[in-house]
Amino acid sequence: MELPTQTFRVTRADLVRYAGASGDFNPIHWSDRFATKVGLPGVIAHGMFTMALVGRAVTTWAGSPDAVVDFGVRFTRPVAVPDDDTGTEIVVTAVVREVTDAGLTRLDVTATCLGEKVLSQARATVRTAG
Amino acid sequence: MPLDQSFVGRTYPPTAPYQVGREKIREFATAIGATDPAHHDPEAARALGHPDVVAPPTFPVVITMAASRQLIEDPALGIDYSRVVHGDQRFAYTRPVVAGDELVCVNSVEEITSRGGHEFLTTRTDVSTTAGESVVAVWSKLVVRGEA
Repeated sequence: MELPTQTFRVTRADLVRYAGASGDFNPIHWSDRFATKVGLPGVIAHGMFTMALVGRAVTTWAGSPDAVVDFGVRFTRPVAVPDDDTGTEIVVTAVVREVTDAGLTRLDVTATCLGEKVLSQARATVRTAG
Repeated sequence: MPLDQSFVGRTYPPTAPYQVGREKIREFATAIGATDPAHHDPEAARALGHPDVVAPPTFPVVITMAASRQLIEDPALGIDYSRVVHGDQRFAYTRPVVAGDELVCVNSVEEITSRGGHEFLTTRTDVSTTAGESVVAVWSKLVVRGEA
């Protein structure tokens, strides 16, 4: 079963706010000068910010903010965030892989940016009501 | 310099307790756009059976990233952090983190491998309360990029 697609807009302001809230001040997430110096196309989103947005998608699908029992991803491609008002967009989809007798639902999640997968092996297990 | 393989299986001493604040959870939830009332309103969290506001699923990284400095900055292990990129991340929860938790991290080195000139370090951080209740286990795979 495929779950409803969720999209998340990401701007530079979001990265600054996430840096402050998470304590991850790596300059590749706020300085183009630094990011390009280390071979990136420009400022990229924190991998953990992308994972947090996917976490929002998962809890929304699960219908409860405390439903996640296991959540893992592999970061495969950086999410470049341009310095403009629109930023970029992360599109999150998922399929239900398994529903267990113990009331757990296992999801295979896909996250893309500009049509390219930014995560692989993204999986979540959520406790479903009942 | 390659990572020292003898670190596989090594466990570090517990970190100093981290006090999970209600405002920190609200700040983190706001930063990721998580608007569910259970992240912001203690009453809404209590209605779900929690003692106080509930952290979003990836919140533990705030605690474990700080805790992992113990390992990343261990000169004996020899990580060049300027060449590190984040490979994998996983959380396995016993229960969600909630405001009021006092959490201790125990870091261990689970695996060190190398492939294609890069090195891969998998760490496991067991996060538990100061009373010894386990809350979440967190795995991170760091990729130390080889020098071109």
